[in-house]
Amino acid sequence: MSDGRPLARKLFEPAALDRQAPVAKAATYGLLLLWSLVVLVPLYWVLITSFKLPGDVTNGPFYLPFVDFTPSLSAWNFMLLENNTLQPYVNSAVVALASTIIAVLVGSLAAYALVRIRFQVKLAAVAIFLILLVATIVAVVTFGVAWPVAIAVAIALFLIALLTLTRRTKLALGNSDVEFWIISNRIMPPIVAVLPIYVMFQQLRLLDTQVALISTYTAVNLPIVVWLTRDFFAGIPLDLEESAEIDGASKFRVFFTIALPLVRSGLVATFLLVLILAWNEYLLALFLSNAEAQTMPVLVSAQNTTRGPQWWNMSVLIVVMIAPVVVIASLLQKHIARGLLVGAVKG
Amino acid sequence: MTAATSTAFDAAPRPTFGEWLDRHSGRVMVLPAVVILLCFAIFPLIVSAYLALSRFALAPGGFTLRFIGLSNFRKLLTGSQQYHFLGTFGALGPLQWLLLAVAAAALLFLLARYLLSGRATIMGTIGRLTSVAVAFGLAAVVVLTTAAGGVPGTLVTTLLYVFAGVLVQFLLGLGLALLCAQQIRGRNIFRVLFFVPLMVTPVGIAYTFRMLADMQKGPFAPLMRAFGISEWSWATEAWSARLMVLVGDTWQWTPFMFIVLLAAIENQPRDQVEAARLDGASGFQVFRDITWPAIAPTAATIVLIRLIEAFKIIDLPNVLTGGGPGLATESMTLHSFIAWRTQDLGGSAAVGYMLLFVSTVVCVSFFNFVVRPARRFEA
Repeated sequence: MSDGRPLARKLFEPAALDRQAPVAKAATYGLLLLWSLVVLVPLYWVLITSFKLPGDVTNGPFYLPFVDFTPSLSAWNFMLLENNTLQPYVNSAVVALASTIIAVLVGSLAAYALVRIRFQVKLAAVAIFLILLVATIVAVVTFGVAWPVAIAVAIALFLIALLTLTRRTKLALGNSDVEFWIISNRIMPPIVAVLPIYVMFQQLRLLDTQVALISTYTAVNLPIVVWLTRDFFAGIPLDLEESAEIDGASKFRVFFTIALPLVRSGLVATFLLVLILAWNEYLLALFLSNAEAQTMPVLVSAQNTTRGPQWWNMSVLIVVMIAPVVVIASLLQKHIARGLLVGAVKG
Repeated sequence: MTAATSTAFDAAPRPTFGEWLDRHSGRVMVLPAVVILLCFAIFPLIVSAYLALSRFALAPGGFTLRFIGLSNFRKLLTGSQQYHFLGTFGALGPLQWLLLAVAAAALLFLLARYLLSGRATIMGTIGRLTSVAVAFGLAAVVVLTTAAGGVPGTLVTTLLYVFAGVLVQFLLGLGLALLCAQQIRGRNIFRVLFFVPLMVTPVGIAYTFRMLADMQKGPFAPLMRAFGISEWSWATEAWSARLMVLVGDTWQWTPFMFIVLLAAIENQPRDQVEAARLDGASGFQVFRDITWPAIAPTAATIVLIRLIEAFKIIDLPNVLTGGGPGLATESMTLHSFIAWRTQDLGGSAAVGYMLLFVSTVVCVSFFNFVVRPARRFEA
């Protein structure tokens, strides 16, 4: 730095166009380090609390393991070996993975069809369907008709109407209408839907099972999958798919052998995002599970016992819950960012 | 829809299943998604509407549902639950009149500008009238319940979480993204680190912040003692408790804004930035004239996504404060959940429907009046 400029100018003016001036650089680092602290302090505190004995927590704050308190594995021992933490953990993993796989499969299939294949749904069919649905619900709830009977009658009536009435009408919904409808389902707050879903699973005797959670999670995350993957499919060139079709491959074959592999990295991003949402989901699990199918978020929130929360035990639960997702997501962070960006730009 | 088109094509061989499948592949591929959504979204929505219009009561051997029309909604808006949902109205002072007048004037100005623009359509006018009416209604409730003597209800608390929370998260995320987009060493470490809070379960965040904010045993306890406020507790006062929920929510969701905005900033036209730099443009000028126009559509969309999700908040207030003190931190979803726990199924569904109504109007308005123009602006 012997360019003979006065010190003040050296500090405040960049040496080259793509560089920052020293003062600006120091400010940048300062702010970034400050936010790093904001991120790290809560995580650090949870981690060290999980190695504390009850006395280390109640006798005032201790900050450094081995310096002002002796770390102990007693909370870990208690939560992992004596307390039944494994069952909710396995539940969470099974429910999150299964619902994510189904949602990504069903959602990307729908998204591909919405982007690539023109089709129409008769408006009259939709109207008749909704009328029959309302009629079935009223029949079951107010007039006490047995629900299997009501559903069978409704399906029969719907098929008859489909084959006779709707053929004469012209009004139809196109791809973009169907797509908008699917994505807009995400706006619906889950609390509106969860009561009837609760009753539905109660009737089917599926309450407090993994099946109930998997199917509900699939439904709430489906709109996100469709919304993200449609832009991935729209972004790949048509030629490959067209030449495969000329060679006689069916649409399904084209989808599985050509389209899906081409959007691999986008699918990874979508998969991870949905997996994290399903792993952390709280409200639906609160309603639909209580003992057998209990998931980790419900277990964590249930730690608030009458003696007050046992911070050391709770910290163990939080650590084992966030460790796997943090590791996976940190490794694939760039994929997720790019996936979200594609969705957000075209959305 | 197979066998109905008969007579005219009787001579042709019947299509095999595979051919039929291929011809209808579009509909067949969408079908699973539609069926799932019908079962878990549309069907429950209709049943909920029915519940919201009835009174639920436990009876021997089961329960009874009696149709009572709109009285669940009347109870929330004007009746015995008004204090819970809308809040208690305070006295109208000069400041409140001024705020209401400003809100009304701004909304009427926007409406008049649209009507006089010469591009007004019937549907557009109806949509804007709805948006303006709902916006003014919400503004009036906020102003009235925050006036002297007023107590905000769950509607106002939810709006606070949504608007204040999303605004702060957006500004912090944008600031961090701009800092991280500089050519500095170690930016990849910051990038991964800043992303982590998004992964932590909200229930865990709630407990973590309760530990951190513990006045006697938390890490900041010595600091509190030094200031002499260790006897004070944030959980006993309405605004500090609300602030705590906002802090937890911001800690979790700022990373979402950050990673998407950072990716968008890195996608901006490099050559334009360099040219502007060569011509001596300042950092602020580059941001205003190049970066902001390039990222505006993305920014508008992620704010919309956050708005949609923020309306659903329940886990943080439920675990952090249990909705208290009083009902200061209770969100609408939590309100609905508590009503469900006390067997008031009709009331619970009615609150859910109010939430659906408010969030739909707000999100659709935001999409039409902010996201769409932002995208057109870019094109």
